[in-house]
Amino acid sequence: MKTTETSPAGTAEPLPHVVRTDLPGAKPKAGKRGDGRILNVFSHGMLVLWAFMVVMPLLWAVMTSFKDDNAIFSSPWSLPDRLHFENWSRAWGQAHMSDYFLNTVLVVAGSLAGTLLLGSMAAYVLARFDFPGNRFIYFLFIGGMSFPIMLALVPLFYVMNNIQLLNTIHGLILVYIAYSLPFTVFFLTAFFRTLPTSVAEAALIDGASHTRTFFQVMLPMAKPGLISVGIFNFLGQWNQYMLPTVLNTEQENKVLSQGLVQLAVSQGYKGDWSGLFAGLVMAMLPVLAAYVVFQRQVVAGLTAGALK
Amino acid sequence: MQHGKYRFIVGFLAAPLALYALFVLWPFVQSIYYSFTDWTGLSPDFSMVGFDNYARLWGDDVFWKSLRHSLLFALLLPVVTIGLALFFAFMINVGGRHRRGAAVSGVRGSSFYKIAYFFPQVLSIAIVALLFQFAYNPESGAINSGLKAIGLGDVQPLWLGDPDLALWCVMAVLVWSTVGFFVVLFSAGMASIPKDFYEAALLDGASRITTFFRITLPLLWDTIQSGWVYMGILALGAESFAVVQIMTTGPGGPDYSTTVMVLYVYQSAFRDGAAAYATTIGVALLVVTLAFAAVVMKLGRRERLEY
Repeated sequence: MKTTETSPAGTAEPLPHVVRTDLPGAKPKAGKRGDGRILNVFSHGMLVLWAFMVVMPLLWAVMTSFKDDNAIFSSPWSLPDRLHFENWSRAWGQAHMSDYFLNTVLVVAGSLAGTLLLGSMAAYVLARFDFPGNRFIYFLFIGGMSFPIMLALVPLFYVMNNIQLLNTIHGLILVYIAYSLPFTVFFLTAFFRTLPTSVAEAALIDGASHTRTFFQVMLPMAKPGLISVGIFNFLGQWNQYMLPTVLNTEQENKVLSQGLVQLAVSQGYKGDWSGLFAGLVMAMLPVLAAYVVFQRQVVAGLTAGALK
Repeated sequence: MQHGKYRFIVGFLAAPLALYALFVLWPFVQSIYYSFTDWTGLSPDFSMVGFDNYARLWGDDVFWKSLRHSLLFALLLPVVTIGLALFFAFMINVGGRHRRGAAVSGVRGSSFYKIAYFFPQVLSIAIVALLFQFAYNPESGAINSGLKAIGLGDVQPLWLGDPDLALWCVMAVLVWSTVGFFVVLFSAGMASIPKDFYEAALLDGASRITTFFRITLPLLWDTIQSGWVYMGILALGAESFAVVQIMTTGPGGPDYSTTVMVLYVYQSAFRDGAAAYATTIGVALLVVTLAFAAVVMKLGRRERLEY
């Protein structure tokens, strides 16, 4: 670091304030304090503006979901005249939001469990065992991270069709698992390498099989890593749009994101906009609420991969 | 310790590898093979046609349009997103007043900003796209009504309906939804930079802007670079598919003004019944993606700074 060479770094004493700030005509460029003040007003302004831009559309959606259709179009920014809860019940029942929700829960629960189990099994073997082809299989897995999924989806559609998995929930689960494996294996391999070997060796010497050592010793030790990668996969699979759009076109199997888009398209003819907004908010709120509660873990889980 | 080792390895790798090979690797290999056939996807019959699909690609205006848009997504989107995120992250972490003699401090409410900015990241891109489709609605959408409310009633763009504007509208949505992720990512990186560096720089009389370019940016370079590749791959693939397919009407916007390569793959395969041609576009997309990653890695190579 060039900047550190010239002065002794690491002094614990507080910095002297170099420039007096009470000069009436102090030019902003005159010193750090004035510089800081201008920057502060500017930076705060920008920060507040962006926070507004992020939160506003979400609040607007919640507000709109309680309005009737007329008000949505005539005055998009005004408050609802009363809380039209019937929008919500209509969306939940008539617009099949309950079905989409159930499908999403089923698909995500199945694929998340499968991803974590298969991912940690493969990662454990790749991280802890030396065998011919180890590196090759590792790179085979992580290579999938940089390939455009859409390229594979066209033949995959016909592969799924041939083995009767097209438009089925379990077929979708298997595909989700397969496409989640590259990142999961990449992340967990790095994680398993950081775990101490002595505990596993002790278990083996005590006569535990490799399989038993994995499930009873290593998996519990890998819990923090599993949680991180689990959150990452949960959000990715819950929000997945491209895979179900191509592979799951049966009406009764649709997942949330798909169902909402279809609703929006067909709403163009039926005109139940308030119901659609209620559906949108319904799909939005659980994830947002979970995020606010588990904020720290979500952020750690999502950014862990990119930092590694 | 060797007892049963190989049986264990095979047993543990078999299921994940089989699933991965069947649903990911095999289709990838197949798609390259199909790009040399005339397969429609509607019937099982096809024959080899050599490079015919690639020749057709060369003369296809829509393909070139989609390529141009995809490149714009991959190059411009990360610049804007990462630039904004760096600015916000620096302000949040270093932009505060000097309190209690600390060399650097975050602005007040920095944790609130970090939580709020991240909101869009946890939402489905499909939901985000739907929401903004309403907001952009020219007659009754929130944006044009907002413009009217603040006295700009004459400025009522068609937004997604305007071929010159639609692509920018779509890209703005992706920026909106991704900035928060990078703010948090860069914040984590900035938090690990030793405070001494900033103290020393301040003693030398460096301004905030200088400290940003001389200290923060070089030390964050690795994170920025991997973030860039990550964002570029997303922008070439799944994310741009969702926003363009959902937000713009018809065949990828008015006069294909928003079509991107992924969307064109999808449309060729599942709307036009040209599965082989779709895989050809997909191969082009693969080439673009790999080239993009290679170029960013190459251009971004700097001396690694240890601290």
